Amino acid sequence: MAVITLRRKSRARSATVEPRGLGHYLAFLVLVLGALVVMAPFAWLILTSLKPENEVLNLNPIPSHFTFQNYKDAFTLVPFLTFTRNSLFIAIIHMAGVVTTSSLVGYGFARIRFWGREPLFIFVLSTMMLPGAVTLVPVFIIWRNFNLIDTYWPLIVPAWLGGGPFYIFLMRQFFRTIPGELEESARIDGASTLRIWWQIMMPLSKPAVTTIAIFSFMESWNDFIGPLIYLSDTSLFTLPLGLNQFVSQHGTEWGPLMAASAMVAFPMIVLFLVAQRYFVQGIVLTGLKG
Amino acid sequence: MAAMSADAARKRRPRITRRRVMENVTGYLFISPWIVGFLVFTAYPMLISIYYSLTSYNVLRPPEWIGLENYHELFFEDDRFLTTLFNTAYYVAFSVPLGLVLGFLVALLLNQKIPFMPFWRTVYYLPAVTPIIASSVLWIWVLEPNFGLLNRALALVGIDGPGWLTSPAWSKPALIIMSLWGVGGGMIIYLAGLQGIPQQLYEAAAVDGANSWHKFWHITIPMMSPVLFFNLIIGIIASFQTFTQAYVMTGGGPVDSTMFYVLYLWLNAFDYFRMGYASAMAWVLFIIILVITLLTFRVIAPRVYYEFGSERG
Repeated sequence: MAVITLRRKSRARSATVEPRGLGHYLAFLVLVLGALVVMAPFAWLILTSLKPENEVLNLNPIPSHFTFQNYKDAFTLVPFLTFTRNSLFIAIIHMAGVVTTSSLVGYGFARIRFWGREPLFIFVLSTMMLPGAVTLVPVFIIWRNFNLIDTYWPLIVPAWLGGGPFYIFLMRQFFRTIPGELEESARIDGASTLRIWWQIMMPLSKPAVTTIAIFSFMESWNDFIGPLIYLSDTSLFTLPLGLNQFVSQHGTEWGPLMAASAMVAFPMIVLFLVAQRYFVQGIVLTGLKG
Repeated sequence: MAAMSADAARKRRPRITRRRVMENVTGYLFISPWIVGFLVFTAYPMLISIYYSLTSYNVLRPPEWIGLENYHELFFEDDRFLTTLFNTAYYVAFSVPLGLVLGFLVALLLNQKIPFMPFWRTVYYLPAVTPIIASSVLWIWVLEPNFGLLNRALALVGIDGPGWLTSPAWSKPALIIMSLWGVGGGMIIYLAGLQGIPQQLYEAAAVDGANSWHKFWHITIPMMSPVLFFNLIIGIIASFQTFTQAYVMTGGGPVDSTMFYVLYLWLNAFDYFRMGYASAMAWVLFIIILVITLLTFRVIAPRVYYEFGSERG
């Protein structure tokens, strides 16, 4: 009895007294200040991009009137529409490849019993720690030998070959949470493994598939070094390359430069805001069990 | 009864082995995309780059065998190589630990009962979803010495800010500050981890009279140590390969003060067309990262707490 009351007391204390202490308000204050610091560069970006040209260097960060002139200028200075189309094209094919092949491989590692599966999977995970810079030069030479420089093949093909250990890991983790009875009954009905993967496991894995679809789309959209190495023809440029070219040609035209940066960043920020729970889910699936 | 089961076993055995073989074939077919990808884009390139690193190779003419000359030049003749090593080590030594601590701190703050938690989480995570090229361009403007946001903010408190990207002494700190702006990427992982810690642990500790500090030190830290450790390793590996910020924002300058390892590797390969030399650099980088990763494992892994009986494999 004494123990129980003691427990009640202390639980009550930790539930009521602690979170409302001075420390709690201090923590909240620090959090808000930190958030302001993080948001300040974004605000700075937006405000600069909406300023009239003669006000960009003004001390006042707020424009006297808001104008979209910088956005118009950015479009006329650089063929942003072409770049956007290119980026979109590559990102969609990249995403399709990652979703298809990483789920195939992930299913293999999650559900099919084959010789050497566990050590091989650990090996897949360990390749996550391989520095990408090491294969930069030899992979470039491979593509050059195939005469495929200045094409999108080098940016797309790796996505269709498993897409990388991160996606394989994520899909495997998710497949392992699906109960096995469904597969069993399908197998008794004579379904092939490929059909089970496509018609049973994939529809049940929509959250995980959405997560890797978003991550892989974003990976391709944000990729800079890949297009930088493989693309030199301006008409093939992606948005990041276009923005880089813009910097080197119009380095101090801050207004249009910020407008262009905003246009490159905006789709990803919207994607994140819309699909936030898939980001968190992907992290829960991978980050915790690693 | 016994005869029947033996008979059944005899009947079953060949079927099982055939199924086993089939399952093995299916399994390897399913993982074949990864196997092909690994062989073509990782294993073969790594091996062939050992050969390239022993040659002089400008892509246009076939590689010419020169033995260990590239490595000799790297270690004994190329002062720039040492500069890039120093710059990279400087950057890693500050940005990784600071980023880890700061990201963890934000996650701890967010993990309290705080109003509008999803909103604050979103705010802190935004830099991590911003394309690196866009944040680089944005930060060129933030760090601009006369009209940039940072120096204007410093001026408000009476500090005459340095030239940042135009100053050899301040260019690396500038890039480190910029990297700290992106700590939200790690924060979201820590936050997920913190929310996965069973509440009973804290309650049990409270029963035993533990204060907040005890709970933090004896529950939060051990429970989070695998996540922190994983992020430390990934952070070290990624920071050693910092490229885009330096390429876009400074081009390695002023006076090579932001010439990072991979930027110099990139220049050798794609500007000077010294593929052999760049391959030697790649292998040296691989060894450096391997050694540092192994050292980190040796020093820190014994202190990492893995929950007993946690689901593995």
